Amino acid sequence: MSAVVSPIRKPLITGNKTYHQITEDLISPTEKTPTKEWVIGFVLSVAVLTFGVFCILWTIWVGIGSWNLNRTINWSWDITNFVWWIGIGHAGTLISAILLLFRQKWRTGVNRAAEAMTIFAVMCAGLFPLIHMGRIWLAMFILPYPNTRGPLWPNFNSPLLWDVFAISTYLTVSLLFWYTGLVPDFATVRDRAKGLRKKIYNTLSFGWTGSAKHWQRWESLSLVLAGLSTPLVLSVHTIVSFDFATSVIPGWHTTIFPPYFVAGAIFSGFAMVLTLMIITRKLLHLEDYITVEHIESMNKVILLTGTIVGVAYLTELFIAWYSGYVYEQFAFFNRALGPYWWSYFGMMFCNVVSPQFFWKKSWRRNITLTFFLSIVVNIGMWFERFVIIATTLARDYLPSSWSLYSPSWVEIGIYVGTFGLFFTCYLIFVRVAPVVAVAEIKHILKSGGNQYVGENATHKHSHGHNHSEAEHH
Amino acid sequence: MANNNHTEVIFGLYDDEEDLLRAVKAAKRDHLDIYDVFTPFPVHGLDPILGLEESRLHQAGFIYGALGTLTAFLGMTWIFTKDWPSIFGGKPYWSVPAFIPITFEMTVLFAAIGMTVTFYIINGLGPGVVNTYLDDRITDDKFCIAFDKSSVSVEDAQSFFKATGASEVNSKTI
Repeated sequence: MSAVVSPIRKPLITGNKTYHQITEDLISPTEKTPTKEWVIGFVLSVAVLTFGVFCILWTIWVGIGSWNLNRTINWSWDITNFVWWIGIGHAGTLISAILLLFRQKWRTGVNRAAEAMTIFAVMCAGLFPLIHMGRIWLAMFILPYPNTRGPLWPNFNSPLLWDVFAISTYLTVSLLFWYTGLVPDFATVRDRAKGLRKKIYNTLSFGWTGSAKHWQRWESLSLVLAGLSTPLVLSVHTIVSFDFATSVIPGWHTTIFPPYFVAGAIFSGFAMVLTLMIITRKLLHLEDYITVEHIESMNKVILLTGTIVGVAYLTELFIAWYSGYVYEQFAFFNRALGPYWWSYFGMMFCNVVSPQFFWKKSWRRNITLTFFLSIVVNIGMWFERFVIIATTLARDYLPSSWSLYSPSWVEIGIYVGTFGLFFTCYLIFVRVAPVVAVAEIKHILKSGGNQYVGENATHKHSHGHNHSEAEHH
Repeated sequence: MANNNHTEVIFGLYDDEEDLLRAVKAAKRDHLDIYDVFTPFPVHGLDPILGLEESRLHQAGFIYGALGTLTAFLGMTWIFTKDWPSIFGGKPYWSVPAFIPITFEMTVLFAAIGMTVTFYIINGLGPGVVNTYLDDRITDDKFCIAFDKSSVSVEDAQSFFKATGASEVNSKTI
């Protein structure tokens, strides 16, 4: 494929790969026996997950009283963790959908893992509202189905119900998008396997043959799913922000919330992708596919969205002052200088100051610094949600009911347990499926391989096929 | 296409998609009826040469999406105006702006599920489907053109593969 590539484009695949070499590099991690690092990581994740499951069962058995919530602070760690995980779950679809529509070819190196991460993060997020219901065995009451209770329907005017629809749609569509992308790659694994393994992968690959018509429809499906996911991903965090913005709590009741939440979600999602990919590329030796170029591109997104988040924080402060509304002014004064001042300054430092390091090119390309800052960003984004939720509730209209909050061991256990769930799923995923999309990498080889583009290119196109990317669509 | 049982095919494997595209063009020029082309990844520019019509999957997607819009909007309208009208915060029963988020989500959900299911059904793919695969390397690094032996003679096919630079020629019943 001799698509027109700008000469200043940097290669996205290094190491003079051939198609066969790509297959070898990307499929072989699923074929080898697990490494010691993997086994240790897996055992640790499962142990942490087990403790989380214990804490969830404890909550269900004892009741929400096992948490340190009180009448004043009735939303805290659970909803903070819910919003935090949902935010992390935004990068996958952004990378696979929005960057596909923008024809950003670097997405191919990271989209598979980012989508997997999205699905696991949304699973972790979904746990929190479910157990916060208290009576999880009545969870189906949130679904609108004809019932013998009246029929009693859920309140379609409530953002909490919109959330149910938004998150379940998001999880479903992300799963479909991810799995459809995986099908041709499972076929590649199948065709290298023998015996039972071949049978399993034949089932997983749905009998994929690679026929031209199937590929045509596959591309058509991917493009439309990307088109659908783009507004979807923006809608999900918009609706999450409505949970707060449509209330009448000072500090929550602001119109800036939807764009500010979406930017924050992309910000934290990319940070989590970087944390995971920097470890994964090292352990699975994928440096030729997830290059420093990829890391730099993601750092640019972090810089942009981090700066948007920073502007949103300052806008909030300004509007609170400018509104002349004393309760709004007090809410922000309390956030910054009240009993939880440390979480406000933690948030400001981690989210606003730390991404500014990425203005410098050599720092954007520094893997150690990127890894460190990606974790700092996610700590900051956790603080952001804690600031919005807990510190705002702690000082309400009635000073006699002011309160403070710190989590109980059960709440901490559930939060830590979601890390167990997340990493258990991720570690299984890296063993079962190719972490980098094999077919998509082959597809961009001739426009992204270092033997075709960049300063060390050795292959020059002499063929007469001048079809470009645009011609196909 | 590849699901018909007992089709005798003769197929050639090419090492590069450029060779494949040239060969498909040559086959069209020589009026050889191609049974199917198999590739490890979507080869752009192949569809028009092969004469494949544009997929209508996105049109199906639009219909599924519209169905989702109607289901959600009419459903909520019926529930809140006819089946069990309730007043929330003094708002009208039929509070259209509040219905928009769920209507949107259901549009996306219906379109995505409908299209994906349609995609697998029309391709004849799904869990448990076992196809006869021409060569294990087609999902790796080989590009394959297959002719049905009943419409293209073995001699014609062999000389075609030789002329267009196929690296291997084989036969199989699929």
